[in-house]
Parts: sequence; structure tokens; C-alpha cells
Amino acid sequence: MGAIITLCILGILLLYLGLFKMNKALLPVALVGLLVALGFTLSAWNTDAAPLYNGMVVFDRYALSFSALCIVVTALILLLSKEYFRNISEHIAEYYCLIIFSLTGALLVNAYHNFAMLFVGIEIMSVALYILVGIRKSDFASNEAALKYFLMGAFSTGFLLFGITLMYGASGTFDLGALRNYVTSAETVSPLFYGGVLLMLCGLCFKVGVAPFHFWTPDVYDGAPILITSFMSTVVKIASFVGFLRLFSTALVPLDAFWTPVLLTIVIITLFVGNASALLQSSFKRMMAYSSISHAGYMLFAIVVIGENSVPSIFVYATAYALASVIAFAALILVKRMSGSDQFESFNGLAKRAPWLAFALTIAMLSLAGIPLTAGFIGKFMMFNNVMGSYNVTLLVLAAINAAVAVYYYLHVVVCMYFKNAEGAHAGHTTMMPAPINYKVVLGVAAVLTIVLGVYPDLLLVLFGG
Amino acid sequence: MENIVSNIQGIPLNHYIIFCSLIFAIGVTGVLIRRNVIIIMMSIELMLNAVNLLLAAFSAYRGDASGQVFVFFIMALAAAEVAVGLAIIIMVYRNTKSVDIESLSKLRW
Repeated sequence: MGAIITLCILGILLLYLGLFKMNKALLPVALVGLLVALGFTLSAWNTDAAPLYNGMVVFDRYALSFSALCIVVTALILLLSKEYFRNISEHIAEYYCLIIFSLTGALLVNAYHNFAMLFVGIEIMSVALYILVGIRKSDFASNEAALKYFLMGAFSTGFLLFGITLMYGASGTFDLGALRNYVTSAETVSPLFYGGVLLMLCGLCFKVGVAPFHFWTPDVYDGAPILITSFMSTVVKIASFVGFLRLFSTALVPLDAFWTPVLLTIVIITLFVGNASALLQSSFKRMMAYSSISHAGYMLFAIVVIGENSVPSIFVYATAYALASVIAFAALILVKRMSGSDQFESFNGLAKRAPWLAFALTIAMLSLAGIPLTAGFIGKFMMFNNVMGSYNVTLLVLAAINAAVAVYYYLHVVVCMYFKNAEGAHAGHTTMMPAPINYKVVLGVAAVLTIVLGVYPDLLLVLFGG
Repeated sequence: MENIVSNIQGIPLNHYIIFCSLIFAIGVTGVLIRRNVIIIMMSIELMLNAVNLLLAAFSAYRGDASGQVFVFFIMALAAAEVAVGLAIIIMVYRNTKSVDIESLSKLRW
């Protein structure tokens, strides 16, 4: 709880700093605040987790580990923001404040134990993001992305709420523990409850952006400023998944015969739609958007074959995915700053101009594709292992095919960087302007972590006693 | 208060469920087929209010206050959402001079 309170105060403090024109202090204060929040999160690690505040929130290891991950990723993204926001607008305090508020919502979603907190957390997270997506007020794409995100977000909230209501009507409670009791002890589960589960599934699928509820994702990711896209596709996506997994693993496991086929269909559609569309893209940013859809499909594996391995595997997968995404978007910011475009062609010959940047991006792409010795491989391996354990051979084969397809479009970037020469307009730029020091730090940290976790995955698994 | 609860319970629960599902369905249809952003937002509000009504009905039938408290959460957050949403619509209107969703087709999937 300390972390959530710290972040609330931090957000307000940042607004005041902006009011008094202390723009230089914004980033250090935000980072210190995040560190304090991280400290609070880690210090609660060994305490007994019991639902607090009348069963509203519970800070078990599951919530704490994902909260720590969200805070660390946000810190990495904020480090990238140093010059980025200044190029967009004068009022940069609002960006920091809104990102921190959005993170607060994410932490609340991580730790909810009552549907009221799930709803409040999702809303805090998304309302701040609606503004962030549309923060380039005169940019047409940003406008459109904000409007689409807002309409889709509000629409899916409606489904989520109707689902919650139907479940409340059947069981008479919003509390996850009491819901579990209802599901396990009732002789016949009311049909209202099944309807509620389906509607909640729809609402949550909208939020995490899996097919067939994905159609807003590419547009919004494409139109939003790159840094906001990286925040959305990492922190927000992870938090939504955590909420998703917590609902199904705590309360709905006894009903798995009902929702597993539905979810299985969604996963298969998601994998094919995400990968097939990513293949066709010519823009790196849009490719990342579709790849985030297919990664959401892989993360759903943990919910389809729910069990005691679900939490560690989704944690490892989310960590690997978040680190690789941060690298990819950081590289995209640098490349776009130089060439003014986010097409694949602007990566041509990057290996000659900026070898270290190209190397870090290669690691990220390999990790996203799931090549051994990177963290992404461990994540995919654990997911596939779970599926194997449940003898779901069809899903495994389909997933393997999709993983192979994904290698193609991830390596496309690598091929552009190493084997193609810059032509035309970019040919003149034989040397790239050196990356600012904060980018070097973030790229370095994320790349090293990706490799280290790929070689020693036990560093993360020990958190879950495995 | 007792009077209100007994009044609510005077109507069978199934009627509330069917009525609210219908309102919700009207809201969903509105979001899907209307092209004017303001009307889409009104449809979304209709969906949320269907939820509120159903929650209040369930709450009265069960004699459990938590459902009605949840209604307040939904109202407060829906208001926040509408405030941000209208701001976004005004921002879009300034650039496109239109609130038609078709005018926004720069990004295509």
C-alpha cells in the first residue's frame, strides 16, 4: 500500500513542480519517487499477505512481483523521456504526472481483491492514458488514436461492468475470495454467472488487446507518441494481464470446463491474426503493435492452462517482453529522430552508423522472437512447457508454427540493419549523432538484463520459490 | 428506504434483468452503428446506466448495500471519463471541424 500512496503523492508533487517552473527537477524527483515506491514494494515481500481494507486489496507475492516489474519498466521509460517530451510541448510536468498516475492504477489492478478495485484501477490507468495518447494536440494521428482509444476503452469498460454486475447478481459479492466460495460450494451455478464470465472475458480481452477485440491496438499504438506507446505496450498490458490472471486463477478455476474452449479459440485467432498482420507491415512501429498482439496471445497460454506454473511463467514472459519492447522503442526514437520515418528502410545500414544501437536492437529482436540465450526464449519455453504438461498438442503445434513465422518479421529488422546499405536520402548520414547518455544507460541495462535472464532464469524463478 | 426497497421488490427480478439487458444492447448497437462521436458517447453512457440500474435492483433484492455503493463508483468514474472524452472530442473538432467518426481515417488497419 505504501507504494500506491507514494505514487499518488508523487504525481501531485510533480504537478506542483511544473507549476513553479522547476522543469529540471522533474525527472530526478520522479525517479526518486519510483525508487521509494519500489522500496515499499520490496519491503512488503516477506510479510503475510492478507486482504486489507475490508478485502479490497491484497499484496501477495504475485501482486508485489508484478508491481516491482511495472515500477522498474516505468523508470526505464521515464529515463528515455529526458529530451523526448521537451520536443513535444512546453508543459512537460503533465506527462510525468499522468504516467505516474497511470502507474498507480496499474499497481491497483495488480493487487485487487474486489471488483470495485479492479474497476477503479483500470479506470485510473486508462483515463490518464487517454490524455497521454492525445497529447500532441495538433497532430492528426495522435488525435485519432486518442479518440479511438477512448471510445474503445469506455466501450470495453461497459462490458466489464455488465459482467461484474451479472456475477454479483448470481453470487451476491464483489470479493474474489467469496466468489471462489460461491463457485466451489453452490450446487448449480446460476446461468447469470456464466453470462457474467463471458462478458468479463470480452471486456478484459479488449483491455489486453487480443483478437478479435484487437482492432484498436495497431491504430492507437501507431498514432500515440512512441514513448507513450512503449508505456502502453509494456506496463499497461502487463497490469491488465495480471488482473485477468488473478480473476481466473483465484475465483474461476472450478469453471474451467466452461471458459477454456472460449479462451482457446481466442488464443488461436490472436496468434494467427497478430503474426499474419505483422508480416505485412512496412512500418516498424506498426509491426511492434501487431507483435504485441501476438505476444498477448502467448501470455494467454498461462490462463488457458491455468495452474501453479502460470504466475512464474507469465512473470518471466512479461519481463522479457517488457525489456525487449523498451529497447525496441528506444531504438525507434533514435532512428526516427535521425531519419524522420519509422519505416523499415530507415533502419538500413544502422549497423555501420551505430553498431552498439544495432547490437542492442538485435538482442531485443532475438528475445522477442524467442531465440535461446535471451530472456524471451525462457518465457516462451515456460509457456510451451505448461501447454505440453496439459497434453494440448493442437495448441502447441499452432503456437510453434506462429513462433516460426514471428522469427521472419523480427529478423527482417536485423537484416535491414546489417545487410542493407542506406540509400537515397539517408545515404548522406554516414555517422549518426551519438545517442544521449540516458539512452545508452537504458539500452545497456535492458540488453544486459535480457541476456543475463536468458542464461540464468533462476534469478527470477527464485522469487516464486521455484 | 424500506418503502423503496419493497417497491423495487414489487417487480420480479427477471423483468429488471431483461429490461437492463435491452438497454445495454441498445447502447452497444448505438456504439456500433452510429457515426457521430457525441451519440456514440451517449450510447456508452446508456450502457453504463443499464449496469447501474441492474446493480441497484440486485442490491435491493439481496438486501446488500455493496451493490449500491458500486453504483457510486461507476457514476464518479463515468463522470471523469466523460470529462476527458469531451476534451478529446473538442481537440479533434478543432483539427477536423467535424465530429463524424468517418472523418478520422488517417490510420487504417
